[in-house]
Amino acid sequence: MEEHLVDWSRAQFALTAMYHWIFVPLTLGLGFIVAIMESIYVKTGSQEWKKMTKFWMTLFAINFAIGVATGIIMEFEFGTNWANYSWFVGDIFGAPLAVEGILAFFMESTFFAVMFFGWDKVGKKFHLVSTWLVAIGSNLSALWILVANGWMQHPVGMSFNPDTVRNEMINFWEVLFSPVAVSKFLHTIGSGYVMASLFVVGISAWYLLKRRDILFAKKSMIVGATFGLITSLFLILSGDESAHQVALKQPMKLAAMEGLYEGKTEAGIVGIGVLNPNKTLTNEEEAFLFELEAPYALSLLGYHDSSAFVPGMKDLVYGNEQRGIIPTSEKMKKGKEAVQALEDYKEAKKRNDTQGMNSAKIILDENMKYFGYGHIKNAEDVVPPVATTFYAFHLMVTLGGWFTFLFAILLYLTLKKDVSKYRLLLKSAVASIPLGYIAGEAGWVVAEVGRQPWAIQDLMPVGIAATKISTTNVQISFWMFAFLFTLLLVAEVKIMTKQIKIGPDGGH
Amino acid sequence: MLKIKEVYYFYIDGFKSMKVGKTLWKIIFIKLAVILIFLKYVTHDKNFKSEYKTYDEKVNFVYENLKGN
Repeated sequence: MEEHLVDWSRAQFALTAMYHWIFVPLTLGLGFIVAIMESIYVKTGSQEWKKMTKFWMTLFAINFAIGVATGIIMEFEFGTNWANYSWFVGDIFGAPLAVEGILAFFMESTFFAVMFFGWDKVGKKFHLVSTWLVAIGSNLSALWILVANGWMQHPVGMSFNPDTVRNEMINFWEVLFSPVAVSKFLHTIGSGYVMASLFVVGISAWYLLKRRDILFAKKSMIVGATFGLITSLFLILSGDESAHQVALKQPMKLAAMEGLYEGKTEAGIVGIGVLNPNKTLTNEEEAFLFELEAPYALSLLGYHDSSAFVPGMKDLVYGNEQRGIIPTSEKMKKGKEAVQALEDYKEAKKRNDTQGMNSAKIILDENMKYFGYGHIKNAEDVVPPVATTFYAFHLMVTLGGWFTFLFAILLYLTLKKDVSKYRLLLKSAVASIPLGYIAGEAGWVVAEVGRQPWAIQDLMPVGIAATKISTTNVQISFWMFAFLFTLLLVAEVKIMTKQIKIGPDGGH
Repeated sequence: MLKIKEVYYFYIDGFKSMKVGKTLWKIIFIKLAVILIFLKYVTHDKNFKSEYKTYDEKVNFVYENLKGN
């Protein structure tokens, strides 16, 4: 496959996925924040809480409407740009996406209407239930696509059928409850909750800076900061589990996240560091120009044991006999045997040679878990872009730490002091809204760039997953998507800003 | 029958009383038109489904890519 085409297809998918992720997290988190506010309204009967609920609900609707269907583009791309991949994954992707479509359409659209049109037409409690169901429905929609993504990171619960050249699901529950899928889902929705909380505290801070709608802003700040603080702590826990799963299932990604070339026991985490751009797998240069390390932390984070051995990129590429790590060249050999066995199976089938088919199938099954390595040209190609993965990971973690601190301090000052006097902090809260999005996108960069060159871990590299179509077509559609999404983003910011300026007393 | 009428007016009244919602619906329709019509027929006129009609053709195409060089 032409490398240029694969790169453009990857760039196009990255562009659409990253733009899509601008809209999703707010839907995931703001739905719950609105539901909490409405619950307080139903319990207290206070009109102030009703007004608050309606205001944030309007912003939720703006984001929902502009973001809706942006994910469809990615489903198109699976068919057009990634046809080999789409076929190869078979019903493993199809089933979760179908469930997502049904849930998203029926649950969200039904209760969404009640949530917006039903204020004076249905009972308070029924309206509240609808609001909660919209929030839950949005999160359930995210579950299925994240299960599919989790499967790409760690394929389980399937069997490869050489007749159809597709993977067939043999255990739905194994796919759904794969530890990678579970930790991915929890960490991803957690990041959505934190981003939505930043959005709420940031806008509330803006009102306080403008000295308008003070009571509304302070109450919103309390809900946003409380929800943000709780979900930040949840994010730390789910991040810990996520890193543990990466260590077990994708050790190369973990090594890239930490710029770890040589494996070691009692490995530390680089808190702050600058990678040496001249460092390669084969030279003896230092990995970092500058680093500040927290000792034992990587062993502890990755394997929940401060003295555990963490393999480096060199160990994973060239093998480490002492640690029982087989070299990539060995995996490539097994992968080529799997690819050859598939060919032998097909040839035997043409000849109606049942015995030949059976023996080829045995070899294929034995080596199937290395199938993708059969398409890797050089052992070093299994190393992902180290700098991108490393910096994205550290940016995400640093920002996550700042958000936790920000929520804690905002909550304390709003409850115990007059938060509106702390103008620098309020300005920081406003500035943290885009930072939340940057952290979320950085998280996806770690997850997706860090697992390169795989479209499906160990089974299919991106070069094989891509469809051979016209590069010009991909380039044209890339720029069209870029234009369309930028337009949508501008529309979102413009409509949101207008609505925020109108304030909680305006029309919805 | 009464229920159907109630549901009908629930939506009609809801749509009529929308303020920001009207702009949002316009955006949704324009966006869907661009995505579904223009991109499908203009930039990806040939794709896996249109090129390979039968199941066996699709299997063969993917197999040719999987079997390596």
